[in-house]
Amino acid sequence: MLELKLADYKAEKQPDWCPGCGDYGILSALQMALFELKRDPSQTAIFSGIGCSAKTPHYLNVYGVHTLHGRVLPVAQGAKLANPHLTVVAVGGDGDGLGIGAGHFVAAGRRNVDMLYILYDNEVYGLTKGQAGPTLGLGEKTKSLPKPNPQGRINPLLLAFASGYTWIARGYAYDVKGLKELIKEGLSHKGLAFLHVLQPCPTYNDLHTKEWFAPRLYRLQDEGYDPHVPEGLPPEELDRKMAQFQEKAVEWGERIPLGVFWQAEVPTFEERLKAYLPRYPEVYPALGQQEPLDLEGLLKEFAL
Amino acid sequence: MEDFTWRVGGPQGGGIETAATLFARAVAKGGWWVATKREYHSNIMGRHSYLDVRLGRKPVGAFREKVDMLVALDGETLARHLDEVRPGGVLLYDPKVLGLTVRGLPMLDHRVADALAERFRKANPSLQDLLAAFVEAGVQPLPYPYEEVADRIGVELGVPPLQARRTLNTIAVAASLHFLGFPLDPLLEALALQFRGKVLELNQRVAQAVYREEMPKLSFQLHLNGYEPGRVYLTGAQAAALGKLAGGLRFQTYYPISPATDESTYLEAHTAFTGADVAVVQTEDEMAAVTMAVGAALTGAKAATATSGPGFSLMAEGMGFAGMIEAPLVVTLYQRGGPSTGLPTRTEQGDLMFAIRGGHGEYPRIVLASGDIQDAFLDAQKALAWAWRYQTVVVHLVDKFLASMAQSLPKEALRVLSLDGEKRLGPRHEGFGPYERYGPAEDGISPFIPIGTPGGFYWMTSDEHDPVGHITEDVALREYQMEKRMQKLETARREIPLEDQYTLFRDGEVLVLGWGTVKGTLLEALDHLPGVGYLHLRLLWPFPQIGPLLEGKRLVTVEHNYSGQLADLVQQETLKRVHHRVAKHNGRPITLDEVVEALKGVLAGRAPERLVLRKGV
Ligand SMILES: Cc1ncc(C[n+]2csc(CCOP(=O)(O)OP(=O)(O)O)c2C)c(N)n1
Ligand code: SF4
Ligand SMILES: [Mg+2]
Repeated sequence: MLELKLADYKAEKQPDWCPGCGDYGILSALQMALFELKRDPSQTAIFSGIGCSAKTPHYLNVYGVHTLHGRVLPVAQGAKLANPHLTVVAVGGDGDGLGIGAGHFVAAGRRNVDMLYILYDNEVYGLTKGQAGPTLGLGEKTKSLPKPNPQGRINPLLLAFASGYTWIARGYAYDVKGLKELIKEGLSHKGLAFLHVLQPCPTYNDLHTKEWFAPRLYRLQDEGYDPHVPEGLPPEELDRKMAQFQEKAVEWGERIPLGVFWQAEVPTFEERLKAYLPRYPEVYPALGQQEPLDLEGLLKEFAL
Repeated sequence: MEDFTWRVGGPQGGGIETAATLFARAVAKGGWWVATKREYHSNIMGRHSYLDVRLGRKPVGAFREKVDMLVALDGETLARHLDEVRPGGVLLYDPKVLGLTVRGLPMLDHRVADALAERFRKANPSLQDLLAAFVEAGVQPLPYPYEEVADRIGVELGVPPLQARRTLNTIAVAASLHFLGFPLDPLLEALALQFRGKVLELNQRVAQAVYREEMPKLSFQLHLNGYEPGRVYLTGAQAAALGKLAGGLRFQTYYPISPATDESTYLEAHTAFTGADVAVVQTEDEMAAVTMAVGAALTGAKAATATSGPGFSLMAEGMGFAGMIEAPLVVTLYQRGGPSTGLPTRTEQGDLMFAIRGGHGEYPRIVLASGDIQDAFLDAQKALAWAWRYQTVVVHLVDKFLASMAQSLPKEALRVLSLDGEKRLGPRHEGFGPYERYGPAEDGISPFIPIGTPGGFYWMTSDEHDPVGHITEDVALREYQMEKRMQKLETARREIPLEDQYTLFRDGEVLVLGWGTVKGTLLEALDHLPGVGYLHLRLLWPFPQIGPLLEGKRLVTVEHNYSGQLADLVQQETLKRVHHRVAKHNGRPITLDEVVEALKGVLAGRAPERLVLRKGV
C-alpha cells in the first residue's frame, strides 16, 4: 500500500453540515483513527443510513455506502460477512438507528459481527428539520418542536447491552481526540462495537448544547472504571460488572460519563458461521465460487 | 391404467407427506413418471391436508380434477373429498370412521358441514351417509382398518404396538399398491430410499405382511412401466435452491415465510457439498434480508434472498436501493394467495404487476417466471447471471404450487448453464483515488467494482449521484444517470435470447397466453384442444416483443389471479385486445379438466370475456 498522509483520508467533497454541527468533530475523529491505524482505504468501507449524520461516508476516502434510512446495519453486516477481511464501520443518526432501524439495532447485537457502529445522537431528526428523535426525553421541547415531546427516550447504552453488543462506549463530538481513541479501540475490538456519540445539533437542539454538556461530562476511565469482562468470569463477578454498567449507563444529569462501559469477549458471528460453513472464512463469499458444484452429489438424495 | 391419480388425505403432521413420497417413489421405481401436488393449511398439526400423485408414461406436469383412488386416513377426508373420486374409482377408508358425524369433525369448516347438511337434508349427516353417496356416485368402497392391521402385523412380527402404529403410512401405501395389483419389489426399493437401518427393516416387513393378505380385485390394475435409471424426483423449492447453487450463489438471506422458507433451509442444510458453501443468514425481517444481500453483493458475492408476498412488500424499498446503486440482486418470489396475509399456504400468481412495478420511482428490473421444476432450476441460474450482467434486481417468480410440487424428471434436465458476460473492473495498479463506478456506458452497464478492489474506492448512495457516487441534484447528471440505468433494460431485451423470453409451444387461431405454473396444465390441455395454440411467457419484464405473434388471433389468458394481470400487461405492451381472461383465485391450482372445459367454451364461441375457475378442495 502507498504511504498515506492524514489528509489522504479526507475526500475532496465539502461537508454540507450547518456551521458548528457536531458531525464535523466525528468526521475528523474517524479520519484520524483510520489514519493512525493505517487502514487501507481500499479495504475499508463506511456505511451509513439516511440523515445529516449519514452523509459522513462521502467525506472520507474509503469505500462509502450511503444506504437507506434505518437499514445501515444489515447492509454493513452483509458486506462484512461476505468479505471478512474488510474494515467495516457503520454510522447513522439516533432516528436512523433507534427509530426506524431499531429492529436491526437489536438483531445486530445478537450476531456480534466484527465491526464498529457509531450512533450520532443529536436527539432530533436533523435532516427532516428537527422532529423529536428517539433519544429525546419525555416532556423535553427543543426549539424545533411546537410542543413538548410526548414520547419517552430510549437509553442507547442499555439497549445495546440488552441486545448483546460486546463493546459499548460513549464519546462526545467536540472531544475529537477522545473520540478518535474510542474509535480506534472500537475498531480493534473483536466483535460488534457500539459507540454512542453525543452530538450537539446547534440548529435544532437548543437543550443539549455544547454549553450544557461541557461541565457535565467526565471520563469513566479517569475514575478507575474497568469495562473488561473476560470470558468465563464467575457469575458473581459478572453480576457486579453488570450492576456497574447499569449504574453508569443511566447516569444522565449533573454528571454524564464518557468512555468504555463494557468490553466482553464473545465469539463473533464469523466464528459461529464456521461451525456450519466448513470453508469459511478462507473461502469467503466475495471470492465467488471457488470450485465447481458437486451437483451429482447433491442429486443423490433425489435419485429414483 | 394409462392415467392414474392417487390421493391421500389426513391430518397435518400425521405423516401423509411421507405416504405420498413413498407412493410416488414406489410407482417411479416401477417405471412411471410422477408428479405430486400438495395442499395444506397454515397449521402445524391437525388441520386437513392432502396430496395427489399422478402418474403417466410421459413426464407429468398437470393434475386432474377427479382422482382414481382416494386414501382417507381420517373421517374428515370423506367429508371434504366427497365429489373428488371419479366414477369407477376407489375409496380406501378405515371403517371405524363410519361412527363419526359431520358435525363431530372438529377441523371441518362450517361452510362444508352446512353444505353437507343441506345436501343430505339432515342437521348432522353421519359418515355412513357420506359413504353411501360415494357408492351412489359409482365409487368402489374399500374398507381397510389401518390401525387394526398395524396392530395385527405388530403382533405377527413381534414389534411393540406403538412402533407398529408408526408404520401406518407404509401400510396405507402398501395396501393401495396391493389392491392395484402392483408388484411389491418397487415398494421395497422405495422404502430403501426413504428409511435406513432398523426402521427400514421394520417398514419392509410391514409392507411384505400387507402383501401377504388377500385383497379384493379392482376393476383396474396398475402394471409396471419399465424402470429406467437416471431420474430424479424433487420439489420446486429444492430445484430453485439447486439452481442458485449451480448459478454460483454464495450468500443467501431470508426471514421465515411460507412457502419460501424451504429453499433457504435446503441451502442451510447442504453447505458441506463442494461448491455449495453458501452463507445463509436468517435475518430479523425482510428489510434486513434484502439489504443484507445487497451488502454482500457489493463485495462481489453472488447474493440472493427468497420470500413470499408479505415479505416482498417489505423488500420493495431495498430493491429500489439495489436498483439505484446498481447492485446485482436476485429476489426469488414464492407467490401465495394475497392480499395481506391472505392464503399463506395456497397458490396464486397475484404479484406479477407488483414484481414489475412495486416500489417508488423507476429502475430497471428483470422479472422472469418459472413454469415447472426444470424451469425453476434453469431460471435460478439465469436470474443470477442476469443480475450480474445487468447489475440490477432480478425477480424470479415462482409460486406455492411449484414450490411444493414434486416431479420426476431425467437427471440431464438439470443442466448447469455456462452463462457469463459480467463486466467487472480489474484493480488499478498505479496511483490511488476514486473509481468512476458510474461512468459512461452506451449499453448502460458501467463495469462493476466490488468493495475491496485495491487501488481505490468510490461511493454509493441511494440518492441520485455523479460518476464517482457523490450525491447530486444536478439536472444534467440526473438525466444522464437515470437514462444510463434505464438503458440496461433495452440492452437486456436485446441480449436475452428469444428462447429465454417466451416459447410458442403451438400456434393456433385461438392463442392462449400464460406464464409461470399454468405451463404444465396448458401443455397437456393442448392434446385435447385442436386449433388452440399456447404462448408461454418466461420473461415478463422487459416485456418480450410478442405483438406480431398475436396478430389476428383470438387471445385468451389463463392465470392464477383475480384480474388477469398478464392480460393487462399484454394489452398495455402490444396494444392487442385479450378476448378472454380465464382466472382462478381460490388458491388451488388449475386442473387439466377445468381448463380444457373452459377453452372448449372459447373454441365454441360461447365463453364470456371473463371466466372464473372454481374447482378445488
Ligand atoms: C423510509 C424513510 N422515511 C423517512 C425518511 C425521511 N428522513 C430522512 S432523514 C430522517 C431522519 C434523520 O434523523 P437521524 O437519523 O437522527 O439523523 P440526523 O439527521 O439527525 O443526523 C428522516 C425521517 C426517509 N429518508 N426514508
Ligand atoms: S441540522 Fe443539526 S445535525 Fe443536521 S447538519 Fe445541521 S446542525 Fe448538524
Ligand atoms: Mg438525529
